[in-house]
Amino acid sequence: MARAALRRRLTWRTGTVIATGAETPRTRTIELDVPDWEGHRAGQHVDVRLTAEDGYRAERAYSIASAPGEPVAITVERLDDGEVSPYLVDELREGDELELRGPIGGYFVWGPEDGGPLLLVAGGSGVVPLRAMLRHRHRTGSEIPARLLYSSRSLDDVIYRAELDACEVVYTLTRERPPAWTGYARRVDVDLLREVAWPAEENPLAFVCGPTSFVEAAAAGLVELGYPPARVKTERFGATGGQ
Amino acid sequence: MDALDGNAIGGLLHDVFGAEMTNATGVCAHCGTHGLLAECVVYIGGPGAVVRCRNCSGVLMVLVTVREVTCVDLMGLAGLS
Repeated sequence: MARAALRRRLTWRTGTVIATGAETPRTRTIELDVPDWEGHRAGQHVDVRLTAEDGYRAERAYSIASAPGEPVAITVERLDDGEVSPYLVDELREGDELELRGPIGGYFVWGPEDGGPLLLVAGGSGVVPLRAMLRHRHRTGSEIPARLLYSSRSLDDVIYRAELDACEVVYTLTRERPPAWTGYARRVDVDLLREVAWPAEENPLAFVCGPTSFVEAAAAGLVELGYPPARVKTERFGATGGQ
Repeated sequence: MDALDGNAIGGLLHDVFGAEMTNATGVCAHCGTHGLLAECVVYIGGPGAVVRCRNCSGVLMVLVTVREVTCVDLMGLAGLS
């Protein structure tokens, strides 16, 4: 059975938007009904494909924001010069159809059986797959300690803020701070990680997701602190790479 | 163009190989390094996807899709498991 599932062809299919909601001024979560969805793991993504009237196609990868067992949801950040994200954020409505394939990925995934303690490090919209992991942990009643370090431009750019505030989360705001902000206000590097990350002796499992330069700096910092490279899972995205 | 990683082409690899591949291990034909495909350096946005070794930057794979047909060059891979 497992082998049959593994060998399943990845085909394009059509989902229907069942709900959308703004997370921040630039990001929107889109919940989809996908017939015969076989379920996904926390951290996986889907490829989304848009086809123009003249047949031109654009394809992007978006992390799944929802936990296993929940309807598929993606959270999309609007890139002003993007080919796909302005449509998804500004135009797509409840009842519209969206072409996608997935779930995709077997590396950047977490389940309670993978253990912890869990260190999640997010840069910007890199928080999306990590949010799926936190929701999965919560929904399964897992008591594995989990800590999120979330680097954002400003507090207003923090995605899922109300939900994350109920978790063990440390924010660092790199561009703009509210008056009287007492939290971190610098980029994630080895010194910040030394203060926030679980000590390497606790054998933590780390997931780092964000723009390429962010991921490189955070992953290198964790390895410098003694995390074995195999315990630091990374996922990078760029302006054309989706997410 | 930002260097991404193998996660970004997880769908394309699954499509080509018929199975989840980001957790597969590739062996670099240039330097012999073993690495997970998820952790390889990937450039997309050109005519296709170029996958490079994170250790020596040697080209491991090139995948180009034209009109729904994907051409796959694996000359830089000494092994894949």
